[in-house]
Amino acid sequence: MTTTPTKHSTPAQPNPPHGAPGHVPAPRVTELSGHAYKRRKAFNRQLILDAIPESFVKLDPRQLRHSPVMFTVLLGTVVSAIACVVQIAQGSPDVVFSLVITIWLLLTVLFANFSEALAEGRGKAQADSLRAGREGLIARRLKGGIDESVPAPDLRKGDLVVCETGDVIPSDGEIVEGLAMVDESAITGESAPVIRESGGDRSAVTGGTKVISDRIVVRITADPGQTFIDRMIALVEGAERQKTPNEIALHVLLVALTIVFLVVTAALVPFANLAGAIPSPVVLVALLVCLIPTTIGALVPAIGIAGMDRLVRHNVLATSGRAVETAGDITTLLLDKTGTITFGNRRAVNFLPAPGVPEGEFIEASRLSSLADETPEGRSIVDLAAERGATGPDLAELTRLRGGQVTAVEFTATTRMSGLDDGHQRYRKGAASAVAHWVRELGGDVPPGVRDDVDAIANDGGTPLVVASDDGGRPRVLGTVHLADVVKPGIADRFAALRRMGIRTVMITGDNKLTAAAIAKEAGVDDYMAEATPEDKLTRIRQEQEAGQLVAMTGDGTNDAPALAAADVGVAMNSGTQAAKEAANMVDLDSDPTKLIDVVAIGKQLLITRGSLTTFSVANDVAKYFAIIPALFVAVFPGLSLLNIMGLTSPKSAIMAAVIFNAIIIVLLVPLALRGVRYRAVSAQQALRRNLLIYGVGGLIAPFIGIKIIDLLLAVVPGLH
Amino acid sequence: MQFSFLSFITQIAVLIVALAAVHRPLGAYLARVADGDRHLRFERWIYKATGVSPDSSQTWKAYARSMVALSVAGVILLYVAQRVQPLLSGGQVAGVDPWVAMNTAISFITNTNWQAYTPESTVGFVIQMAFLAVQNFASAAIGVAVVFALIRGFARKGTDSLGNFWVDMTRLTFRVLLPLAAIAAAVLIVAGIVQNFWPTSVANPLTGVSQTIPGGPVASQEAIKILGTNGGGYFNANSAHPFENPNAFTNIFEVFLLLMIPFSLPYTFGRIVGSKKQGYTILTVMGALWLITESLMAWAIAAWPSLGEGLEQRFGPAASGIFATATTLTSTGAVNAAHDSLPPLAGGMAMFDMMLGEVAPGGVGSGLYGMLVLAIVAVFLGGLMVGRTPEYLGKKIQARHMTLAALYLLVTPVLVITLTGAAVLIPSVVGDAPSQGPHQFSELLYAFTSAANNNGSAFAGLSASDPIISSLINVAMWLGRVLPMLLVLALAGCFAQQEPIPPSPGTLPTYGPLFAGLLGTVAVLFTALNYFPALALGPIAEGTLR
Repeated sequence: MTTTPTKHSTPAQPNPPHGAPGHVPAPRVTELSGHAYKRRKAFNRQLILDAIPESFVKLDPRQLRHSPVMFTVLLGTVVSAIACVVQIAQGSPDVVFSLVITIWLLLTVLFANFSEALAEGRGKAQADSLRAGREGLIARRLKGGIDESVPAPDLRKGDLVVCETGDVIPSDGEIVEGLAMVDESAITGESAPVIRESGGDRSAVTGGTKVISDRIVVRITADPGQTFIDRMIALVEGAERQKTPNEIALHVLLVALTIVFLVVTAALVPFANLAGAIPSPVVLVALLVCLIPTTIGALVPAIGIAGMDRLVRHNVLATSGRAVETAGDITTLLLDKTGTITFGNRRAVNFLPAPGVPEGEFIEASRLSSLADETPEGRSIVDLAAERGATGPDLAELTRLRGGQVTAVEFTATTRMSGLDDGHQRYRKGAASAVAHWVRELGGDVPPGVRDDVDAIANDGGTPLVVASDDGGRPRVLGTVHLADVVKPGIADRFAALRRMGIRTVMITGDNKLTAAAIAKEAGVDDYMAEATPEDKLTRIRQEQEAGQLVAMTGDGTNDAPALAAADVGVAMNSGTQAAKEAANMVDLDSDPTKLIDVVAIGKQLLITRGSLTTFSVANDVAKYFAIIPALFVAVFPGLSLLNIMGLTSPKSAIMAAVIFNAIIIVLLVPLALRGVRYRAVSAQQALRRNLLIYGVGGLIAPFIGIKIIDLLLAVVPGLH
Repeated sequence: MQFSFLSFITQIAVLIVALAAVHRPLGAYLARVADGDRHLRFERWIYKATGVSPDSSQTWKAYARSMVALSVAGVILLYVAQRVQPLLSGGQVAGVDPWVAMNTAISFITNTNWQAYTPESTVGFVIQMAFLAVQNFASAAIGVAVVFALIRGFARKGTDSLGNFWVDMTRLTFRVLLPLAAIAAAVLIVAGIVQNFWPTSVANPLTGVSQTIPGGPVASQEAIKILGTNGGGYFNANSAHPFENPNAFTNIFEVFLLLMIPFSLPYTFGRIVGSKKQGYTILTVMGALWLITESLMAWAIAAWPSLGEGLEQRFGPAASGIFATATTLTSTGAVNAAHDSLPPLAGGMAMFDMMLGEVAPGGVGSGLYGMLVLAIVAVFLGGLMVGRTPEYLGKKIQARHMTLAALYLLVTPVLVITLTGAAVLIPSVVGDAPSQGPHQFSELLYAFTSAANNNGSAFAGLSASDPIISSLINVAMWLGRVLPMLLVLALAGCFAQQEPIPPSPGTLPTYGPLFAGLLGTVAVLFTALNYFPALALGPIAEGTLR
């Protein structure tokens, strides 16, 4: 039995993320996909220092316009400040109180700006280092057979450039001639160089990467400003930030709440007039700012930027924020078997000696037949034999022992066997039919026991290799080696986690049905497609989408491009072709298909953070009402002091405490906004219960405690009362 | 009179048993009315006579146009009829004052049934039976028709069509409301409600003194007034009048009737969208809010026994509390007690019930669509918290849906608060009022809360025939009814076009106790946040006066 190799049979060595030697070990977080990533601190001192002046720059009303909530706070601050001036002119006794409120209102806006500036700052640091690598780049452009030096920014699509050892590739392009080792660490952070060559699926090169050997000719595929690095810089800087669909929907809710609370607060003027106690403008503004959803309004931009940033830190580049959000909605993952689910190489898992052949002899023969075989399959046989106690000499030693009488027999398409000639003793291994043919030609036969083993292994989805020997006219079939696709350890658990999250996994493979079914069962995928062609993938995506599913897939070849474009989330491997990268809405710089799972988790985390902080923000209002309403009207209706359930010291102290809490909570939640609410692979029901408890119930209770503590602290500040 | 908790619990238990028994058959029947393809013979005659092609389907816009057209036509017709009443009654009853006539017209078309007039002396049999009663049927049917359209929006996919408004109206009137009203009227007559065409004034032969004993077709009017959560009484005293509500049985039967259709519609919803547990979740939230508000009302009445001067003395304070809660939770507005003189916090509870937006269980039809809009907001928050673009019944909730849902939730509070604020600033309104202080504010707040939520019950103390107040109340009633309906129909139009996403373990489950709790909390929280300052200045201030 033969198996059709998938087009991933020679995958561009997936770089283990951050695993290369020489890296300083950093604290790691293990993600759903099983990868560990460097844990980066939410912010360091320098970032904080840089964000402070930026918070003031962002006070510009034109910049605040995009956030109606914070714009309202700014307007309120202005109103409050004017009221302060009037009070000072009148010599009102409330001046100190009004000043404190006004300052904290201003701080509320500044804290919001600070969170955004901090999120942007993290991206900027990354963008700066990307930019640094490109400054003053000179390209050697080929024109009419001669090359001329031009500045890299002058390159246009279609130009041909030459790059030799030591050159930095000036822009994105496709290799049209040659092969080179390329150091892509500027983009991927990986120091191990990769091979790029013309033709095939590994022809794409990225501007800013460095050729470390050989010479290539590259056709430029991106105009200035459109290159990979340009896009990456724009993305991490947040320059291309557009509101995503869910962000817009949330925005609508926040605007509606702001309008309602504006009406509620404004109506208090006539209402209270009837009762004969109109609150001062400062107090009304304070009430308004406490009620409108400032917490979430302040943190929405930071949450969005941080989500993007998290993706970039996973070495994934998305073309838009919308794609990241869609990733959270994915319900079906199409995963290529090779490299994602299995290691990509068949490995020996068992030795089945022919009837009458001692096991030790068969294992030793299998080992000898594979000694010269440098393929992963061959090496796995040698390894397994060693594990089973075969202790014979290795190839070099054997050659020395035999005085050079050892010949390696390479695999050829005609013999379909490989092996070793040790003097007159010949060892061969190969597909059952090839070995049977060889043995019969020499006058032997395949014993029925071996045929049974071969069939059993094939039926089980494995690959049988038959081993035979011949010492000059006495051919013997010694047994069968069982090769199997080895499923990556822990992958079944990961798929189980995905299932709990409501995501179905579909394995795509070029293998035949039997093999595919066996691996699918072992890996625990929900479904599989055997003997799949790229067209089949496209059809499958359409079918899933018609059934209402949202589909994500990975791909790297040009023939994957239509499917990548059709998928709701298409992740192209950086090692893939330019066509694949252009069709996809994300590119994985590590070329690691497993990462799709992490991308989904990042999308979900983004939404969860937004939803949780919104709930928290709205729930906070209850406590603020209980602080401010009695404070406003207790002078006219002393009975309302019953509502002062927190027992706040005085009306003024109560209002100040509420405003201060409202501002401080923003700063306290900045780390959470940047890091994201932790995502766990649990069902929606469990996730809802947990987040409702923490952010809903917590949001109800926390401000009662916070406001009370601030009130107690205010009581000891002299001059406030 | 002492508050009897035993009486309270017994009555609530009777209501629960009765509603539990009726919601399934009635809900299933309503689902067949909404879904059925067959037309009855007399319905075909009606369609032929009116030129409706019953099998054509309408887009949300066409459905909305039909709804608005019928409503506007109803207002004009009713207004004119009242103005020409002398002609209609053969000169027996005078024409109605223009301000009152307009107020009454809008009020009955919008299912508010705010009554700025004294029915016994203002409107005769013809207006009562040929116009007000017709509007009682029509306004109830419109509410259910709109919720049918919304349910179809959830159940359908990839289509513009939401059904046919005229077919829905015809079926609801002739297959649901008329038969139910007839049965209810029969029961009420047997139970002792007046049903005759006697003139109002009769001489008392014993004393020889002429005494005013009104007669009239009360039972038949009463049935649809309650059944359709209309609330416009035959008499000024409404269900506190012994001819409208003669005994303890009619009292609890009326409460049952007004809760019956609203509590059955969630089952209809569950059936049509193909998931009964979705319907039961909505029903649970409505039921829980009803029980909680009933209990708080009972507490507010029982805790201030000396303050309950307006309570129904015949059936006891417990019956008054149960009726008051049911009537304010259902947009009915019929009363069996003077809400104005309930203990302050009980009056506040009546206001809070209305402020919930008439969703527990709410008016016929309007209660369910209000709750479903709240569910959309709850799904949005909950959906984000589980990390998916929120979806309800497989339909994604996006910016357009949130805009419509948020506007829906904005309309009523903004109307109530701005119009109350405006009324407070009018010197003639504030200056002339008999009561002062927080109670005066409560009266205004109650009036606009009642009008904008299409309830129709009232605190006293407001001269509603004053042109300014009357106009403000008209605005509240009309916008408070039509705008939410248009928004709901627009939502239905959006949903009908969407392809549903099949549920998976990653989908936020919109059933079960957790979601019910979230939905109930969202309903209460949004109400509390919108109205807390106003309630604090009105009933809470009054209730905590020392």
